[in-house]
Amino acid sequence: MSADFIIPFYVILVVAACTFLTRFLPFALFGGGKEVPALVKTLGDLLPPAVIAILVVYCLKGVDLMAAPHGFPEFIAVAIVALLHIWKRNNLLSIGGGTLLYMVLIQVVFS
Amino acid sequence: MSITKKKEAFKETLKYAFMQTLPVLFGYVFMGMAFGILLEKAGYNFIWAFFISLIIYAGSMQFVLIGMLGGGMGLLSMIVLTLSVQSRHIFYGLSFIEKFKAMGKWGWYMIFSLTDETYSLLCGMSIPKELNQKQVFFAVAALDQSYWIIGCTLGAVIGSFIGFDTTGIDFAMTALFVVIFIEQWYSYQSHLPALVGMVCGVASLVIFGAGAFILPALIASVCLLLVFKNSIKQGENQEVCQ
Repeated sequence: MSADFIIPFYVILVVAACTFLTRFLPFALFGGGKEVPALVKTLGDLLPPAVIAILVVYCLKGVDLMAAPHGFPEFIAVAIVALLHIWKRNNLLSIGGGTLLYMVLIQVVFS
Repeated sequence: MSITKKKEAFKETLKYAFMQTLPVLFGYVFMGMAFGILLEKAGYNFIWAFFISLIIYAGSMQFVLIGMLGGGMGLLSMIVLTLSVQSRHIFYGLSFIEKFKAMGKWGWYMIFSLTDETYSLLCGMSIPKELNQKQVFFAVAALDQSYWIIGCTLGAVIGSFIGFDTTGIDFAMTALFVVIFIEQWYSYQSHLPALVGMVCGVASLVIFGAGAFILPALIASVCLLLVFKNSIKQGENQEVCQ
């Protein structure tokens, strides 16, 4: 079998196992009625917004500020997504609108 | 119970669960389609989409996964990244330990399928007395996953037929995370965790480069959050459901 099949298959299994682990952990650790450690509670409470912020950076990591178009399409589209979402709080509108705008920006405006 | 009565009860349960899951139906089918289209564009067909949505079944993590499929990320980075992105799930389960345990072997599927949306549905339902709670729980969880699988698979099929230029469609993932970021910004009393993540992410990107920034960024965030934990006002952040 080729690497084109094996590598993605292996990545999917690792991600699936880790995902299941996060869902199974509370049952494994606290199924016997034990108290949840304060440190675990705190991290579970505070970590999600930090992770999402890092994922936003992750999505934009390929943007090259030095070469044209200097990240303008990305930053304009992110700003529009944010404004649309603050305005209407509608996921489909914010994501759909922002993505369409980005496609127009890089295919037509900044091409 | 006679067979006809059982059939009747099953129909009622399914009907109730379907009505409860309607909002998730639309959300999952559309987000699933976006995932399927991106996956197809990355070179993986609908069979991959079906397989991924069947065995991983996680919204944001599946989008992150697309970039990982080609290989190149180390095993440790993959594990830390997945555990961090999914860390919130640890706290969903806490509300359902007794209930899922009581479901026996079906409980295993409930644990596997406890996504953000299924969690909030299970928390919010007031199930009519004449219905069996365990069956309703299972039906809701299974319907939600079936919507997700349909959306993902359909998206990948549609993706292979799209005639117009789809360059830039992968921005949907960026937009998704910006939307989640804003939603969390509103729901958290303290904005410090979001800012810590942002600063660590950008700083790590500058220092370590695009290929290796995520692990240092996550570790730095965890350390900073633990340092600042006492000065962060904690309030109604995590919904507790009983």
